[in-house]
Amino acid sequence: MYWDFEWTFQVMPDLLRGLGVTVQVTVFGYLIALSLGLLIAVVRRTPVVGAVLHAAMEFIRTTPLVIQLVFVFLLAPSTVSGMTVGIIVIGVHYAAYTAEVYRSGIEGVAKGQWEAARALSLPSHRTWGAIVLPQAIRKVIPALGNYLIAMFKDTPLLIAIGVAELLTQAQRIGSASFRVVEAYTVVGFLFLLVSVPSAILIRRLERRYAAV
Amino acid sequence: MDFLIQRLPLYLDGAWVTVQLTLGGSALAFVLAMFFGTMGTIRHWLPRAVATVYVEVFRGIAALVLMFWMAFALPQLSGFQLDDRFAAILALGLNVGAYGAEVVRSSINAVPRAQVEAAVALNFSWSQRMRLVVLPQAWAQMLPTFGNLVIELMKATAVVFLIGVVDLTAVAQQMRQSTGETVIAFVGAFVLYYLIAQVLILGMRLLERRANRKLGRTSPGGAGPLALLRPPAVDTRTGAGK
Repeated sequence: MYWDFEWTFQVMPDLLRGLGVTVQVTVFGYLIALSLGLLIAVVRRTPVVGAVLHAAMEFIRTTPLVIQLVFVFLLAPSTVSGMTVGIIVIGVHYAAYTAEVYRSGIEGVAKGQWEAARALSLPSHRTWGAIVLPQAIRKVIPALGNYLIAMFKDTPLLIAIGVAELLTQAQRIGSASFRVVEAYTVVGFLFLLVSVPSAILIRRLERRYAAV
Repeated sequence: MDFLIQRLPLYLDGAWVTVQLTLGGSALAFVLAMFFGTMGTIRHWLPRAVATVYVEVFRGIAALVLMFWMAFALPQLSGFQLDDRFAAILALGLNVGAYGAEVVRSSINAVPRAQVEAAVALNFSWSQRMRLVVLPQAWAQMLPTFGNLVIELMKATAVVFLIGVVDLTAVAQQMRQSTGETVIAFVGAFVLYYLIAQVLILGMRLLERRANRKLGRTSPGGAGPLALLRPPAVDTRTGAGK
């Protein structure tokens, strides 16, 4: 078995297109996770709705993402593309995690800050928007960044619902020409190419925000 | 409801495969994590570099990509076909082991320096120091994150149907194909996954309590059987397990 470089170069554009889809899913899914997670973290502090949300999130966190993807894909109307389903399901799944991150950030804000806001009789949207969240979010930026990388590494699961992301492309190309070694190895390297530098970046962020 | 009760044996077969993969993967991940994690705390640069390479490579590649590589590329490369379940366990173990190694390394480094210095002052050898002083304390620190990793590993087993292993997710899909009932077929699997996760969480919490008791501490969640029911901690600091 030898490594066919020429072939590898030929299929590179297809693989890179797959990587493009992977990146798209990651970015849009992450936007959902960031915004929905924050919303959940704030709403969770209300009594009844909060308890329901908490149970729902625990359920989402303790069942596999791939079966959630397949399930929603099967139930979704056929006009909705696999990619849309993928973005939404991954986004919601990770929102269950980012909500916990935001919560730890919010709980880490000193009690005096809340009291000061009350003493100034700030309306609640100002208390959250101007006092609590800026402090809470700053502290959890590295943790949120970790979930971005985690999410990137979960996008191959979209192969289960036929989205043409990186791994799906590799499978198609590889099995069509019986060159699976090259196809899957290149995918592995592309993953490393993205996740190792981002891991280094997160470590930098951690060091920078740890002092605060 | 009848639907699920009639088909329960099939679901349980699938769940049993999921449990086997989880336990097998966890065992491998644990061994790798302890080995490379400890290696990462050695002062000499060579073992530390080896540990870093292992962690970055196997953490950086998605578990599913690793699994595909083991199941499809490796046979072509070596002419040796791994059993699908074994390939799955290998990929999951290597991937989660890399996360675990970081946990082990940071837990060992978090043991107060004075403890290590005291062991040195008593003329303990490196292995005595690790076994008697450092690891028991680091162990209590590792367990909560290990708990999260075990859950993540259990969830990651659900992808094995893509390389042809009939696990719980595969059973749900078969049920759906043979009956056309999407919601009920999947709810059965979701509930079983949830239950497996709860049992794993409980088990890890018991281990955690035992480790803390041996060090003469109370668990962060408090004592008493009710404390075992507190909701699972999510590791918000590191996003570990992913």
